[in-house]
Amino acid sequence: MGKTLAEKILSMKTGLDVKPGDIVVSPVDWALVQDTTGPLTVREFLSLGLPKLANPTHTILFIDHAAPSPQKQLSCDHTFLRKFAKDYGAVLSDVGEGVCHQIMAERYACPGDVIVGADSHTVTAGGLGAFATGMGSSDVAAAFGLGKTWFRVPETYFIRLTGKLQPRVTAKDVILHLIGMIGADGATYKSLEFGGPGVAAMPVTDRLTIANMAVEAGAKVGLFPSDDATLEYLTQQGRSKDHIRLFADEDAVYERVIDIDLAALEPTVAKPHTVDNTAAVGELKGMKVDQVFIGTCTNGRLEDLKLAADILRGKRRNPATRLLVAPASPQVMLAGMRMGYIQDLVQAGATILPPGCAGCLGVHQGVLGDGETCLSTANRNFLGRMGNPEGLIYLSSTPTAAASAVTGVITDPREVA
Amino acid sequence: MLKGKAFKFGDNISTDLIAPGRLVHLRSNLSELAKHVLEDADPTFSSRVKRGDFVVGGSNFGLGSSREHAPVIIKMAGVSAVLAKSVARIFFRNAINVGLPVLVCDTDRIDEGDELEVDLAAGVIFDKTNGRTLTFGKIPDAMLAILNEGGLMPYIKKHGDFKL
Repeated sequence: MGKTLAEKILSMKTGLDVKPGDIVVSPVDWALVQDTTGPLTVREFLSLGLPKLANPTHTILFIDHAAPSPQKQLSCDHTFLRKFAKDYGAVLSDVGEGVCHQIMAERYACPGDVIVGADSHTVTAGGLGAFATGMGSSDVAAAFGLGKTWFRVPETYFIRLTGKLQPRVTAKDVILHLIGMIGADGATYKSLEFGGPGVAAMPVTDRLTIANMAVEAGAKVGLFPSDDATLEYLTQQGRSKDHIRLFADEDAVYERVIDIDLAALEPTVAKPHTVDNTAAVGELKGMKVDQVFIGTCTNGRLEDLKLAADILRGKRRNPATRLLVAPASPQVMLAGMRMGYIQDLVQAGATILPPGCAGCLGVHQGVLGDGETCLSTANRNFLGRMGNPEGLIYLSSTPTAAASAVTGVITDPREVA
Repeated sequence: MLKGKAFKFGDNISTDLIAPGRLVHLRSNLSELAKHVLEDADPTFSSRVKRGDFVVGGSNFGLGSSREHAPVIIKMAGVSAVLAKSVARIFFRNAINVGLPVLVCDTDRIDEGDELEVDLAAGVIFDKTNGRTLTFGKIPDAMLAILNEGGLMPYIKKHGDFKL
């Protein structure tokens, strides 16, 4: 019987012929934490009393969530992580070096890898065909020490994408549409796997955006095949040798198949306070926005800077709407400068933030005031997410966010020049 | 046998509601963070909950972040188990890993303030207030093995490896 991508990767890693429902112990290629989950992970690892990390050069500590630190307690957490990385020979990605999931894609994640991270959006690397999943601090501490973890092999939902997106309709609209359709728990415990002709034509950067939000439908992983587009991305990153081709078998067995015609999709917005509370942008047209935030592990890539710059070039943000832009990595920021996108955005009134998670999780750099509304390209709009339970968060694509920054109200990006 | 009172919450209780992100600076001070447990869902909860009580949610309990601080502070508040109609994947695994039982059952049949008794081994919840008996879904064997050791770290310390 044929295998899905999840079954194929876990079979390769364990040397077993796995099927859904099996409990397997798999080697872990990469284990990562960030500064909000890392200190607990490190303390739990230390409590095990092990002399060393199982694989120090594949153990990565990212300082990206509250970077630079806005509070002394967080600064001390950062110090603790730096010292641990030094003492144990782990990899440290410090303040300004970018969002963990973007850096995993740029430098580390390979097709067919098993990656565990103490961050739910570790699933992002599924865009490169890696079995990457978010876990808590105990699980990642165990992976730090043992170099392995256990999985229940998931059943798979196959998302067959056909057609071609209209201009200014993006991968973000695809995943918001899917989550709106199946719900925030619509794929709990499942592997969400994407295929069909719409995927073959989709660049890895778009795949990363879609895989990133698989967890918002409850999924364990969001997986894309590793194909020519994957090779192209890895080659751009100087990592063509990391490429293997990886496809689900033709006769793989799926628990559910969902068809999406990309050509039929509208720009989509998720309303407060759950990601599945979606609407076509037209339904929200004209709603006032106090802050627009473009960035994060979902939409902080060079393609996003370009989409935003193409809309904002030669214009000004609405004076009543703050515009925050956080490139996801120094590589993105430098390319954005070279291409002139950063200049376009600054001239349009954007505040450029350092590479990092910025306001997404409500620690700093964009915390909302009482009653304020933010239109964000991030992945979560839970009550209190951006640091204030009295704030309202709407999620959209980058073009929708950029167009709304110009008008000061939620705007269909296809309706601005 | 676990005994306590039911504190009811709705659907989609996220990790942001359980352990708000704005309090991230308290995550290395868990006893302080625990004073804010579930604060954005019910500001009175942490002052009312007593040792042994139950958090009773609706569907998709614990969705969102991987932050293990969420189940840790629920446990630190004295809660003996979380009952919910369904549970988000990462939260479920995290809760078991920190030794907090998560029981999947029809929580519509439990009201706020009901006195509950839970027999983990028998898989039964007895609601003393309304006289109903509920059953809950079996915790998978691999997770039960971890829960029975008090969590993943005690489990690894005892076995030195995964013996699932």
